[in-house]
Amino acid sequence: MTTTLTVSDKLPEHAVFRETLAAGEPWLHEVKTGQTLRILDLEGNQAVDTLFYSLAEPRERFDPQRTLRRQRSLYLTTGTVLYSNLGNPMLTIVADTCGRHDTLGGACAQESNTVRYALEKRYMHSCRDNYLRACAHDGRLSKQDIGANINFFMNVPVTAEGGLTFEDGISAPGKYVELRAEMDVIVLISNCPQLNNPCNAYNPTPAELLIWN
Amino acid sequence: MMDLLLEETVPGGGHASLIVKRGQSLRLADLRGGANASLMLFNATEKSERLNLPDTLKCQHTAKLTAGHCLYSDMGRVLAAIVADTCGWHDAIGGVSNADEVNDKYGVGRYQELRNAFYRNGTDNLLVELGKWGLGISDLLMTLNLFSRVDVTSEGALNFVPGNSKAGDYVELYAPMNTLVVLTAIQHPLDPNPDYAPKPVKLALSQADRQVAEFCRTSCEENMRGFINTDRFFL
Repeated sequence: MTTTLTVSDKLPEHAVFRETLAAGEPWLHEVKTGQTLRILDLEGNQAVDTLFYSLAEPRERFDPQRTLRRQRSLYLTTGTVLYSNLGNPMLTIVADTCGRHDTLGGACAQESNTVRYALEKRYMHSCRDNYLRACAHDGRLSKQDIGANINFFMNVPVTAEGGLTFEDGISAPGKYVELRAEMDVIVLISNCPQLNNPCNAYNPTPAELLIWN
Repeated sequence: MMDLLLEETVPGGGHASLIVKRGQSLRLADLRGGANASLMLFNATEKSERLNLPDTLKCQHTAKLTAGHCLYSDMGRVLAAIVADTCGWHDAIGGVSNADEVNDKYGVGRYQELRNAFYRNGTDNLLVELGKWGLGISDLLMTLNLFSRVDVTSEGALNFVPGNSKAGDYVELYAPMNTLVVLTAIQHPLDPNPDYAPKPVKLALSQADRQVAEFCRTSCEENMRGFINTDRFFL
């Protein structure tokens, strides 16, 4: 699949939901079948760590390996169908002005930060803290349900030798991705608070979330 | 020489699970060539702690797994260290097929007609084995496919590489903690072979010396910290 940048014709003033999510905050929200969710990188190179669950049966969740092998491509962009662990289409990417979104890097956590950076980084804020906090308050999801997520706007290419690199420079202020829900879903986002990784210039920034009917 | 505790052959299409205790090592061998073993790992005493492939990959800046690498849990601990590997590449991308995918690819293969040669699928095999430990579909995360290789082009295209594993190739996992290993010997979802023909995998459990994992522990600073986290679980 070749990366295809696709602009949306949807107007923000017609959105039924519009919210700016500050850096380091969680967001848990339902998106119904046929609705379109836009995730917008307001200042550029922000990682928006995102998980999807079936609203009807939250054990059914986004499955990165099935999604990648069904499209025979590592990268997500316009036309990508996000599949569930039961093999059902959950959402389709219908617009994308960035062109690179990571599916292998996962979310940051206190524990992985100790491994990646230093043992004393344990007490910094992390995406998994956000996920667990949002799940605990919502009540429908728990640690068990937190699988591998998408990092929208992150560029994590795999080399021919099987190396994994976190690169910058793909996203920019105003880049966005739009997803049409193929089933009723719960969207769980952590707007990544990572301060140790050059991929976001050590500067987590806000994202905007919009929903259209 | 390591002290052999158990040998067992998982037939093609079969599934198995066992606890590899701290200080033990599990060797998986491809008896005929072209095998694939799909794997999940758990902390045997706190099974909410599971193999986390994204953490495994990003902590070691790799998309493939081979000797010297560690397999990380979501708690920053090392569930297993790859202390030996004769085929050089194990796949973290392809995952496991479900019943519909197997049916689409190979056709109908029911127990009614085929008895124990019926067409099984990796998802259900792992779910059955997980169920025996009180685990379920929420615990089936990204799986590791031992013996298989999937290349990624600069455009992102995924290409299964046939012949990655030859007859006699093996990979050995040392457990620095008590690790529940759940696996199935089943074809890789991207294996282009149009016939259902999963290959057997031989398991050999041994008592090992911690020294066998020393080169994994010191292969990068991240792994040194991962082993510190792991040891702290046993204080």
